[in-house]
Amino acid sequence: MSANVRIPTILRTYTGGSAEVAAEGATLGEVIADLEKNHAGISARILDDAGKLRRFVNVYVNDDDVRFAEGLATGIADGASVSIIPAVAGGC
Amino acid sequence: MAIDTVAPASVDLGPAAALSCRECGTRFPLGPSFACLECFGPLEIAYEFGGEDAEALRRRIEAGPSSIWRYAPLLPVPADVATKPNLNPGWTPLVKADNLGRELGFTAQLHIKDDSGNPTHSFKDRVVACAIEAARAFDFTTLSCSSTGNLAGAVGAAAARAGFKSCVFIPHDLEQGKVVMAGVYGGELVGIEGNYDDVNRFCSELIGDPAGEGWGFVNVNLRPYYGEGSKTLAYEICEQLGWRLPEQIVIPIASGSQLTKIDKGLQELIKLGLVEDRPYKVFGAQAAGCSPVSAAFKAGQDVIRPVKPDTIAKSLAIGNPADGPYVLDIARRTGGAVEDVTDAEVVDAIRLLARTEGIFAETAGGVTVGVLKKLVETGRLDPAKETVAINTGDGLKTLDAVADSGMTAVIRPTLASFRDAGLASA
Repeated sequence: MSANVRIPTILRTYTGGSAEVAAEGATLGEVIADLEKNHAGISARILDDAGKLRRFVNVYVNDDDVRFAEGLATGIADGASVSIIPAVAGGC
Repeated sequence: MAIDTVAPASVDLGPAAALSCRECGTRFPLGPSFACLECFGPLEIAYEFGGEDAEALRRRIEAGPSSIWRYAPLLPVPADVATKPNLNPGWTPLVKADNLGRELGFTAQLHIKDDSGNPTHSFKDRVVACAIEAARAFDFTTLSCSSTGNLAGAVGAAAARAGFKSCVFIPHDLEQGKVVMAGVYGGELVGIEGNYDDVNRFCSELIGDPAGEGWGFVNVNLRPYYGEGSKTLAYEICEQLGWRLPEQIVIPIASGSQLTKIDKGLQELIKLGLVEDRPYKVFGAQAAGCSPVSAAFKAGQDVIRPVKPDTIAKSLAIGNPADGPYVLDIARRTGGAVEDVTDAEVVDAIRLLARTEGIFAETAGGVTVGVLKKLVETGRLDPAKETVAINTGDGLKTLDAVADSGMTAVIRPTLASFRDAGLASA
């Protein structure tokens, strides 16, 4: 399965400035592992030492927050779009 | 990527020295950044306060303008901020709520910090006033935000006054009063087909795209500066109490930023010696239809599970609250609590505050007063301790909530008709 991954500004140093890159995987966890293969160091920015999504990262698969789905086990269909976004924004 | 240097000399934001990650402590230069490059944690302002002795600083503040700028020495703004075109919000009344206190069984003083008196009738003017100074410092020409309504109006108005363009984003189904109020200032007002969390996510993506190049999003890339404006609520409350900490304070929670910054403000006043250190308890208020922080507090969890909001308190309808974990820390550290009330209780509380104190609160104020009542009734907030509850906005913005209020009688313009209606005093 191939997904298009939108990269936030603060991670673009790992993708040579690209705002969107392709990655393979049947689950979100596999997609992140594949990102790491091509963009070394990026995984440690998204996942904590225990391998879980960092507290202040939101990830969306096709517009759905993966915390509402199955987290890193969320399935990735071919052509899915994945967005990685800093969580700390907005509000009052 | 982390650096040790402080701000470039060209950025004059008063005592603000750097951005610092709240999670890992990494420091970055002052700039339009909001998330830590190391861990995604929120960046906040690190200060170098002047070292002025407390008495001199207190006198300087007391001699300052009747706006948040009296606290300019404690904010990320230039020293001459009061001379710039800005809405100059703040210094709103701290109302002695004796009637409400009596009704709720208070034996100590209850106060309402009534922030509906700001220029666009919500506390948002405070945060936007700070963000706009950062926008000037970073040479932005367009101001933007994701908003549940109040912020949209505050940004539109402040942009108009300060000579910025504005383009703000709101959920398309907001209350009419807030839509009109945000639209009247002449900037772009864009309705997004989705809820606030969708709007916020859209803005976070727009910020990384050339389409949003050069824009200052007050609550995204200017968030560290914006958030500091909420500290002024803490400063004002303490100064209005005679430079004293309240013993208990009840604060509404949307993203949790306001509550977090009020606590930061109280802590700064203690550190600077402006108030005497003593215990205080912080209580957070949510609507039951959007209560992820309350749910986590009650379950004893540290992690917030996002929800899809469904409440009339739309200004608090943030299902994925960014500062939620910090709210939990503060409520637990101070011995406070986080509680929620139903929409029916919100409406009752709006009426209660209006009936007892003549203050017409928007739904968020209804949430706060409703939670105050519930906390007293369940014994978690002590009515024998001095308490402040914050009303963050004006009821004229959420008229639908109490739309069944209205005329109690319709009569002909004659004394007989008046008497027949049973209205005569004798």
